[in-house]
Amino acid sequence: MTAGTITPHQSGQGGRGGFAALLHAEWTKFRTVRGWVIAMVIAALVTVGFGLIGQESCGTANNAACTLPLGPGGEAVADSFYFVRQPLAGNGSITVRMTSLTGLIPDRAAGSRVPAGSRANTADMHRGLEPWSDAGIIIEQSTSQGAGYAAMMVTGTHGVRMQYDYTGDVAGLPGVVSAASPRWLRLTRSGDTITGYDSADGTAWTRVGSATLPGLPSTVQAGLFAASPQFTQVTSASLGGSTAVGGPTLATGTFDHVGVAGRWTGGWRGTDIGQNAMYPQAPGGFRQAGDRFTVTGSGEIAPDVPGSGGGVDISQALVGTFAGLIVVVVVGTMFITAEYRRGLIRTTLTASPRRGQVVAAKAVVTGLVTFAVGLVAAAVALPVVERHIRAGGSFIDPVSMLTQVRLVAGTAALLAVAAVLAVAIGAVLRRSAVAVTVVIVVIMAPYILGSVLSGGVSQWLLRLTPAAGFAIQQAYPKYPQLGIDYASASGYYPLAPWAGFAVLCAWAAAALVLAIFLVRRRDA
Amino acid sequence: MEATIEVAGLRKRFGAALALDGMSFTVRPGQVTGFVGPNGAGKSTTMRVILGLDHADEGSALIGGRRYVSLRRPLSHVGSLLDAAALQPSRSARNHLLWLAHSQGLTARRVDEVTEQAGLAGVIRRKAGGYSLGMRQRLGIAAALLGDPPVLMMDEPFNGMDPEGIVWMRGFLRSLAAQGRAVLVSSHLMSELEGSADHLIVVGRGHVIADTSVRDLIASASGDRVALRTTAGPKAAAVLEYAGAIVAAAGPDVFTVSGLAAEQVVRLLGEAGLPFSEVSAHRVSLEEAYLELTRDAVEFRAVADPEVAR
Repeated sequence: MTAGTITPHQSGQGGRGGFAALLHAEWTKFRTVRGWVIAMVIAALVTVGFGLIGQESCGTANNAACTLPLGPGGEAVADSFYFVRQPLAGNGSITVRMTSLTGLIPDRAAGSRVPAGSRANTADMHRGLEPWSDAGIIIEQSTSQGAGYAAMMVTGTHGVRMQYDYTGDVAGLPGVVSAASPRWLRLTRSGDTITGYDSADGTAWTRVGSATLPGLPSTVQAGLFAASPQFTQVTSASLGGSTAVGGPTLATGTFDHVGVAGRWTGGWRGTDIGQNAMYPQAPGGFRQAGDRFTVTGSGEIAPDVPGSGGGVDISQALVGTFAGLIVVVVVGTMFITAEYRRGLIRTTLTASPRRGQVVAAKAVVTGLVTFAVGLVAAAVALPVVERHIRAGGSFIDPVSMLTQVRLVAGTAALLAVAAVLAVAIGAVLRRSAVAVTVVIVVIMAPYILGSVLSGGVSQWLLRLTPAAGFAIQQAYPKYPQLGIDYASASGYYPLAPWAGFAVLCAWAAAALVLAIFLVRRRDA
Repeated sequence: MEATIEVAGLRKRFGAALALDGMSFTVRPGQVTGFVGPNGAGKSTTMRVILGLDHADEGSALIGGRRYVSLRRPLSHVGSLLDAAALQPSRSARNHLLWLAHSQGLTARRVDEVTEQAGLAGVIRRKAGGYSLGMRQRLGIAAALLGDPPVLMMDEPFNGMDPEGIVWMRGFLRSLAAQGRAVLVSSHLMSELEGSADHLIVVGRGHVIADTSVRDLIASASGDRVALRTTAGPKAAAVLEYAGAIVAAAGPDVFTVSGLAAEQVVRLLGEAGLPFSEVSAHRVSLEEAYLELTRDAVEFRAVADPEVAR
């Protein structure tokens, strides 16, 4: 070879260049450090493993239900109330006037845990209503558990409502019912459609809403009902949760001007519907004098709230995500801070002088590897831990296939984006110990505080910090008509699943932009 | 691509310290260029600027006429070895070369080739953390050769090498230059470069003190002085002084002649018929020549040398 011009070795060979080559290089880096590979396996193992320990089982102190009925939408439901009914064949309607709704709730002094399924001792109760104690009229597909229905009701503090198929809820007239301010309610059935009306005077009627109950049989069960949900008194809230005591409550509705149209047959019969372990009922009953009825009942017609004493939350199967996330963010951080520690970053930037692309390639490789690991871990954890929980005798509130896919893919995405955030913070801070600490504090601290603290602070932490991303693991929708304090209920987040995840993504994107800016500007 | 490094007017300040103060030089193909100067003279900083790792406040550094950051597969233009210790200790040496190869779109076959060239074939699958400094230098050389680049740049490659390694490195650098590559090798110890460098860029306090071939440097440091031994002292002095030389007595029958080459001294004395028993060029070593040059530029003479102590 002569002095002067030299032809570079591989010119003309058309080797891979650009970003694809950079991704290939970063992937080679990742897979050739055994500690990182082992750590990712551990991340998967702890994600599955944590779900297998400490799960509540049927009949323990947490009162996990052994089984629950399913509503028409496939969700676990509570379906218990006192029903004064007649069969109605074909189309028809029922109209009533309500003049009072009263109730009994347990005395606080006597409010130790009431064993599941037991009947309330009315001697230990005093007058009072739960906000969602209710009484009114109802048309049910059948008297079996989880049957489709539509109902018009007056409630303790939420006015007149039309509710149907456990999850539907429409507000009607506001205010509290009394003899001076009665409420007229009407339900009409026409084919599969049931329409609810209310009125203050029995003359001027307002349509509240209508519900379509697919497959409604020609003969339905219709009539009067009363229900009153479990009374709960939270006695202490401390790290690790709260202790609640409670017991069954009773509601009594007073009806008159009971009128029906259509083919009603057989006379009025009273029935306790849906007693089960989770919804202990107080004794219900009714009295009739002409078209005047008083109906007393207990229980709830509503979707179950897992974790609050009903079934088990399916996202419990992914409780190990927390541990897996710590491992993947440590690996993600080290993936770049280790290069700064060793001075290897100079070699990297010499091989690839486009620094923004280097940071991006590290983020992409870390994100993809973590997503793949998270996908496997979550896809294994969900069925395995589910089986484990069921083997303990507990009932898991079912979710749709789509929700299960979202839980698995969302968990993988949550881990992946958190790892990308860790890479970015690592690039910004450059020192392993500092960066790992910051990443853990930024993601885990708000999550832990958000779960432990109650009230506004925790809600804002779970809205604004990267921990908002955990919302992707919320398995069940929130129902405002349940009167649940979702802010302190475990498994629920202030933001919708994808909105919470978007907050985490925004953090990761912002951190990446800052990282690219700094890595470009700084001397290496 | 022209195998050159062109550095022009580099200036860089780290806080109060001026690291580069108008550094300018050109490295040409086909020879080993030594980049020498005391610690802190700006050698490493200059190399980092050439590689786009540090940003200069002023000036330019071009590889074959292009800025490093604009090179698409830079390792096929410049191979560099800055810090042999910059390795992930738990990654094997081979995998270190492999990710570098992948970053350039090169394959594992090229890794095997440079492994062979650097003499690491037997130990390449060991973890880099277990490598001695000398082995790390060889690994760094292998990495620099991956892209078969026309320009090579190495910062203190002799550090930590055993005598056998130093001999190997000298020969290796010369063979790379003989292939027509431009080779820039920095060292703070001139003796390491003796026998391998053809050209020298001597720096101090952030700028170039001398940019010269090794031959010229030694000649100028020797100052064209000739040692003369003769019994006809006064007559010889008169002849030589007449020809423009300065003659000084250096002992009985020994004189130092400056201003004339040894061949001229021999010719003049021969023409005058004067006897002499020895005429020899007074040569200094490369080390002495370098020390003379950098006498004013040494900033940390009294301070223990951390790189030597390491």
